[in-house]
Amino acid sequence: MTRHTLSVLVEDKPGVLARVAGLFSRRGFNIESLAVGRTEYPDISRMTIVVSVDELPLEQVTKQLNKLINVIKIVELEPAASVQRQLVLIKVRADATVRSQVLETVQLFRAKVVDVSPEAVTIEATGTSEKLDALLRMLEPYGLREIVQSGMVAIGRGARSITATAVR
Amino acid sequence: MRSLEAVGCEVVFGIPGGTILPAYDPLLDSTKVRHILVRHEQGAGHAATGYAQATGKVGVCMATSGPGATNLVTPLADANMDSVPVVAITGQQSRPLIGTDAFQEADICGITMPITKHNVLVTDAAEIPRAIAEAFHIAATGRPGPVLVDIPKDVLQEQTSFSWPPELRLPGYRPTTRPHGKQVREAAKLIVNARKPVLYVGGGVIKADASPELLRLAEDTGIPVVTTLMARGAFPDSHEQHLGMPGMHGTVAAVAAMQKSDLLIALGARFDDRVTGQLNSFAPDAQVIHADIDPAEISKNRRADVPIVGDCKEIITELIDAVRAERETAKVRDLAPWWETLNSIRETFPLGYNWPDDGTLSPQYVIERIGAMSPADTIYTAGVGQHQMWAAQFVKYEHPRTWINSGGLGTMGFAVPAAMGIKAGEPGRTVWAIDGDGCFQMTNQELATCAIEGLPVKIAVINNGNLGMVRQWQTLFYGERYSNTDLGTHKHRIPDFKLLAEALGCAGLRAESREEVDEVIAKALEINDRPVVVDFVVGKDAQVWPMVAAGTGNSEIMAARDIRPLFDEDL
Repeated sequence: MTRHTLSVLVEDKPGVLARVAGLFSRRGFNIESLAVGRTEYPDISRMTIVVSVDELPLEQVTKQLNKLINVIKIVELEPAASVQRQLVLIKVRADATVRSQVLETVQLFRAKVVDVSPEAVTIEATGTSEKLDALLRMLEPYGLREIVQSGMVAIGRGARSITATAVR
Repeated sequence: MRSLEAVGCEVVFGIPGGTILPAYDPLLDSTKVRHILVRHEQGAGHAATGYAQATGKVGVCMATSGPGATNLVTPLADANMDSVPVVAITGQQSRPLIGTDAFQEADICGITMPITKHNVLVTDAAEIPRAIAEAFHIAATGRPGPVLVDIPKDVLQEQTSFSWPPELRLPGYRPTTRPHGKQVREAAKLIVNARKPVLYVGGGVIKADASPELLRLAEDTGIPVVTTLMARGAFPDSHEQHLGMPGMHGTVAAVAAMQKSDLLIALGARFDDRVTGQLNSFAPDAQVIHADIDPAEISKNRRADVPIVGDCKEIITELIDAVRAERETAKVRDLAPWWETLNSIRETFPLGYNWPDDGTLSPQYVIERIGAMSPADTIYTAGVGQHQMWAAQFVKYEHPRTWINSGGLGTMGFAVPAAMGIKAGEPGRTVWAIDGDGCFQMTNQELATCAIEGLPVKIAVINNGNLGMVRQWQTLFYGERYSNTDLGTHKHRIPDFKLLAEALGCAGLRAESREEVDEVIAKALEINDRPVVVDFVVGKDAQVWPMVAAGTGNSEIMAARDIRPLFDEDL
């Protein structure tokens, strides 16, 4: 199975998320990551969905998604031809003895500290899921107290806009 | 209500209740919309389905919130599986009460999400006309299907100005109807080159009203035709190119044609498991042209070599021209050897049945006689099970929209309410529901509706006292252990269908022997002032043959128990 990133433009209407999520679960697909947000058009939202699935079932699920009345357009974004980012907030144990080492790791990953207390720091990092996994592995020895991670968002490289062609 | 009138709705099947009351009140004054008060919302849904299938128009049903709406779940799932244009309008609790577990509240949009083509909760009275117009548009266009419109009571009660026609706002809905020219030419090439082609015709041909075009294509090319359960009537049964129905209980000739074919031309069909049997051994040598209006159907179960997305009527029309053009340049294959093979199979294994050894009445004979004695434009419907298969096999269908059944979902109890809807849509024609005693006991209360509303349908209860198809499987696959399939209808005569019919305002007749059959059918055909129920008491051991056992390949079709005509051949 390979990992695919789908950008799905949908009408901003109640229940759309349930329709899309329901379709995936109904046909036996597990969504790895999901992010929903606004676009430059007030009545269109954009979902970025990451799924691990073979080519043929992916084609079937894409066709089924396209049948949903509120779905306007679906584009698969290839990792090489797109920018893909996730955000993670990490609360890591960091008292005075290890804090400098933790901060060094933070700098190495070009992450930043957004909250500090005597026992812990909270780190904000963005990147591909591979980079964030690597960061988490580095911080794990210090003691991860809490992690929260966003869904992946992705946009194609170059000047072309998938929304502009969708609303035409 | 004004929206329903404006959209051209003529009949609504439904039951009022608390939250839908505001929509029912103006119904009393409507001169354009007839409301048929059913006895159970499931009946309303199947009636709308029957009406839509018979007339080609959108069927409409209406129910109140909560249990009224949830009773529509089965018919909506049924219409969804069989791609029937149905609009369901449901009342909902008032906006402030939604989400509070209020009396008769159910999240019907959430519940029906996977079983409708689309659904919508209307939250603004000004949006009602648009919602109704969009619902009809979505239900009827593209691949048809059910659409549910859920309207809270306080929205129904609001005063609003009415303007028609509303602007449709469906940026994500653009069904493709015109086929791609290049794909059509590719298909024509394959068709002209094929030595063993088969036209595999599905329900989409009926939905697209493409029977005349199909007939032309078939006669132009001389290619054999098979019609699926949903497509019976799309091509005349009397036509010599027609090999009958394929699939689990199809004719040996139709199944063999597909298995031995080198080119399947699938038109509005979806390679359902009941047609293909085990997928990996289905039509192993065939290339596939797959024409369907729903792109998601193409290559879903079987990879298509030439996919064509579009409306079947337009596709077949363009195919006819493309094939003609192709024939002018290419060498035309002689299909005579192919027909020789098929004719020999057809002659060796015709559809047939044996009279039961125990002297009981043969159900197949009853159904065959009903088909033979009824007027040519009669519309037939059925429940689900043995009687349904026999009705598909032994009634001869010559015209589209004369065979209406529950194919995809396999909904027992479909027949009586569907017949009611068909009769409402086609009051001038004879409507026969071929039902089983199991099915009949699920929905026969709608006969009261038929009697009161002046819908004189005819019901043939093929009464074998058992859940016959399940019993057949128990006979064949469960060592004749009959767990819970005897309904006691024979043993105790409970219910007495003749008396039950009379209690429901219908004429009740009964036939128990071969001699009585014709006489009783003739009598039933004469009664047109009220519905008729005929209790045909038949043997319990009659079986549906041919049969491809579930999970096996089509080449293992059995013409009768232990007779496998294709098994040893050169497949």
